[in-house]
Amino acid sequence: MGRKILFVTTDQQRYDTFGCNGAVVGSTPVVDGLAAQGIRYERAVPQTVVCMPSRSTMLTGQHPGTHGVWMNGVALPQDAPSVAATLHRAGYRTALVGKPHFEPFLDPFGRFPENGLADAGVHTVAGPWHDGSIGPHRGFDHMELATHSPMGGLHYARWMQGNHPEALGGFYPVLDRDLEVNGEGGGDTGAPQVKDNPVAREWYHTDWVADRTIAWLDGLDADDDWFAWMSFPDPHHPWDPPASERGRIDWRDVPLPAGYPESRAEREALLDAKPRHWRLWYDGSLVSNYEAPTHWVPATLTADQVREVNAMNAIEVELIDEAIGRVLAAIAARGWADDVDVVITTDHGELQGDFGLLFKGPYHVDGLMRLPLIWRPAPSSAPTPAVVTRPVGLVDLAPTFCTIAGLAAEPWMEGRSLPVDDGDADARGHERALTTWDSELLGVAVHLRTITRDGLVCTTYEAGTVHDGTEGELYDLADDPLQRVNRWDDPALASVRDDLVDDLRASLPPVRTPALPLEAPV
Amino acid sequence: MRASVRRQAFIDAPAEAAWSVVTRPDVLATWFPGLREVVMKTPTVRTVTTGVGLSLDEEIVTNDPLQRRFQYRITGGFFKEHLASVDVIALDPGRCLVTYSSDADPATMAIVLGGVMEGALASLKQQLETGAGPALDAIATNGA
Repeated sequence: MGRKILFVTTDQQRYDTFGCNGAVVGSTPVVDGLAAQGIRYERAVPQTVVCMPSRSTMLTGQHPGTHGVWMNGVALPQDAPSVAATLHRAGYRTALVGKPHFEPFLDPFGRFPENGLADAGVHTVAGPWHDGSIGPHRGFDHMELATHSPMGGLHYARWMQGNHPEALGGFYPVLDRDLEVNGEGGGDTGAPQVKDNPVAREWYHTDWVADRTIAWLDGLDADDDWFAWMSFPDPHHPWDPPASERGRIDWRDVPLPAGYPESRAEREALLDAKPRHWRLWYDGSLVSNYEAPTHWVPATLTADQVREVNAMNAIEVELIDEAIGRVLAAIAARGWADDVDVVITTDHGELQGDFGLLFKGPYHVDGLMRLPLIWRPAPSSAPTPAVVTRPVGLVDLAPTFCTIAGLAAEPWMEGRSLPVDDGDADARGHERALTTWDSELLGVAVHLRTITRDGLVCTTYEAGTVHDGTEGELYDLADDPLQRVNRWDDPALASVRDDLVDDLRASLPPVRTPALPLEAPV
Repeated sequence: MRASVRRQAFIDAPAEAAWSVVTRPDVLATWFPGLREVVMKTPTVRTVTTGVGLSLDEEIVTNDPLQRRFQYRITGGFFKEHLASVDVIALDPGRCLVTYSSDADPATMAIVLGGVMEGALASLKQQLETGAGPALDAIATNGA
């Protein structure tokens, strides 16, 4: 019997929303406790700041250029490498409960297997594996799926539609009548994607994901080894937690985030010092990607709306924390507590008011790029609590799961098992993290390449329809933790910048060709 | 908001062979992915049922063997506006270019159609270049 793995992911969560990472709103005692017992990473970086490519990186242990999922709407090939398949082959029971998003959700032709599982009444299908064999879809012998909405055909949606149809209308409609990301405002302040949702807490997807994870664990034999990917759709917008929970945090008491400049003139001066797509989006002149509401103009965002969004977000994070606690209690009740590794992270961050912006896009700053990551190794392994400051990436997760299971990392994995402290990081070359962005939407193309190294974040822009390929961003995270001062053109840092760019270009793996097709917007 | 998308495929087969498939509205499901059924309601209107059970009427507005151009409109459903064009262009006696475009409002559906159109062209190419497949069987069975 080996170590079991509880892999917890959230969606679009900022680093600074867990108490252990300095959250000033909300309370997360369960996660904070795990962090105190294990390893907390202070510079965990995604390899892309959108869902599908990032989740594909978690599963494959590859950079987006290698697995090929370059943007939301590009499907991860069914036979892509999968750490779940590696673990399954090693005898692990494998499950993914919650949000998958390896395949597009907008699927009116029913082309993608994950969207059809619930209606087929099954929890997996046979599919091709990377090694040429046939096995359960992507290596998971149990998939019980959910997303942000009770609409559609995933398991959670079908459960809600079948059991609580009266509650469906309480959720925020993710898409508007034009099938674009909805920009309608709600709550007390009219903030976009905020809504009072009268749904009962126990019917909300956060508790459902925990319930179904517990149910799956309950079905295992005591001596099974298992890998459970518990994937919460929150705190990704819409911000529509159960109304019964809104009293936890009064948005009027929420301080404005440090990254939100209250003065419009200051906001706009900061944006004007960055590559031009920043200001163009803020002004409503440019939509580069599908993930933010098309018809919402960031310049209209008010300070009170930022407060309310942050309050709702914190409530959703609290619910996740409590859900994790319930699952851990269930694990303890099975007698597994000493043998379970818990890894908690998210796919990317959320701007959440930084620079007067919300949501996400081609903006490689901490709001989107600095992620919560906590690894609480199994107590039976006698871990030493630590804080790791060196950069690590989500690309490192898959090899870490192999390490936990006592397996060698697969040759197709591009990351390295997570370091257990800074000394380990230095000894094993965890010195840089790479992040890419590629969007091509309705005539607008934006391409970013970023390296995080030596306390600096350096982004180059490739030629697209907005940039000519000479632009860049360079931030010193120690002197400028809010990334307000772009030092790309600072002569004092020219040699440092050039060295980072050289390292970036030498370190990025070649991009898969031909590019995988864009199948849907999301 | 509307949008326009285009996909294309170079196919190592005569243009006439590609056109013999494209021109047949009734055999669409044999090369266009994600269709459960295609029923000809009238000679110029087909009803397609997608893999999730969504039914859409498609009005055929052009079926021109001289230009080798096939056009149709999806009416109703999510669509405020739609026009698709499939053009088969001879490059040499054994090779052709097939372009498939869709203009649609809402734009979201144009993007979704772009993905499935790419799959359709890949299927058409595969069947024509290997000389085997359900589209070719359907044509052989039902006549040109």
